[in-house]
Amino acid sequence: MKTEKSQLLWGLAFGVVFGFLLQKGGATEYDVIIGQLLLEDFTVLKIMLSAVLVGTIGIHLMKGLGWVRISPKTGSWGQNAIGGLIFGVGFAVLGYCPGTIAGAVGNGYLDAAIGGLAGIILGSGLLAAVYPRLSTGILRKGYFGDITFPQLLKVNDWVIIVPLCTVIVLLFYVLERAGL
Amino acid sequence: MDWLISLRWSPYVVGAGIGILSWFTLLISKKPIGCSTSFARTAGMIEKAVRGPQVELKPYYQKTKPVIDWQWMLVLGVIIGSFLSSILSGAFDLRWVPSLWATTFGSAAIPRLIVALLGGVIIGFGSRWAGGCTSGHGISGAMQLAVSSWVSAISFFIGGIIAAYLIFGVIG
Repeated sequence: MKTEKSQLLWGLAFGVVFGFLLQKGGATEYDVIIGQLLLEDFTVLKIMLSAVLVGTIGIHLMKGLGWVRISPKTGSWGQNAIGGLIFGVGFAVLGYCPGTIAGAVGNGYLDAAIGGLAGIILGSGLLAAVYPRLSTGILRKGYFGDITFPQLLKVNDWVIIVPLCTVIVLLFYVLERAGL
Repeated sequence: MDWLISLRWSPYVVGAGIGILSWFTLLISKKPIGCSTSFARTAGMIEKAVRGPQVELKPYYQKTKPVIDWQWMLVLGVIIGSFLSSILSGAFDLRWVPSLWATTFGSAAIPRLIVALLGGVIIGFGSRWAGGCTSGHGISGAMQLAVSSWVSAISFFIGGIIAAYLIFGVIG
């Protein structure tokens, strides 16, 4: 698994842009993230769904042109629903996520740099320690593999993308109308 | 160049920017944006430094090698990018306790640090259990229309909303 040096530099450059955007969006702020989870401030959802809207259209156009390949992650109910709920609890307790905590560190936030960062590394190491037991048990429960919604419903990608993007835009409209 | 030093950009502009960024990471690096795997690699690197090279034989580290890779550099870049943005706008702040926390639980640093550590352990454990985080599943996987990522992202918010209401509604 050797990554070329130039690719490491690309990773760094993409990360700088990503971090700059996260900070400008307010996603490195504990108050903004907790505000989202308390359904008082919808900044985080607006950022995520705008990224999904623009990203989905772009990568599927490029996929159609044969420029990129997508690589959906495999999954199962035991892995994604249970793991997702555990993640959610941590999200609310920490007030940052693995990406935004890096941004919070850059922003100077010491609760992120000293408490949260150590915790995430420790928690990841704990999962690695119990992984052999989980991987043959709960992580296999309700396995559905690397399927995508177009594959699941046996339709063209755009049959999913057009309604999805419409719903996202409508949701933005509703949020703005409600002053959220 | 006022936009570079402004405190906040519209979340729609920021999100669209991240969406466009994800086109280029796929095109140039053939990789989707993600973050949480890098913390698992870091855990492995630290474990290896302390306990020796046999750590690499652990099944998890066979799958997720404890090395610095593209995504690890991305996460490092996020720290730098956020630092630049916050310095330019004057938002950089060496602060122990976030303001919402301070108004609810007080401004002492130690309780916040303990809870942040605990929250970090839970989210680190959960992200590797689910195989991704808010960026890997919530943004990159969601735009690939992956079932695993939509199930994860929705679960992140269900768990997060319930826990946040318990913390700020019941305890706080």
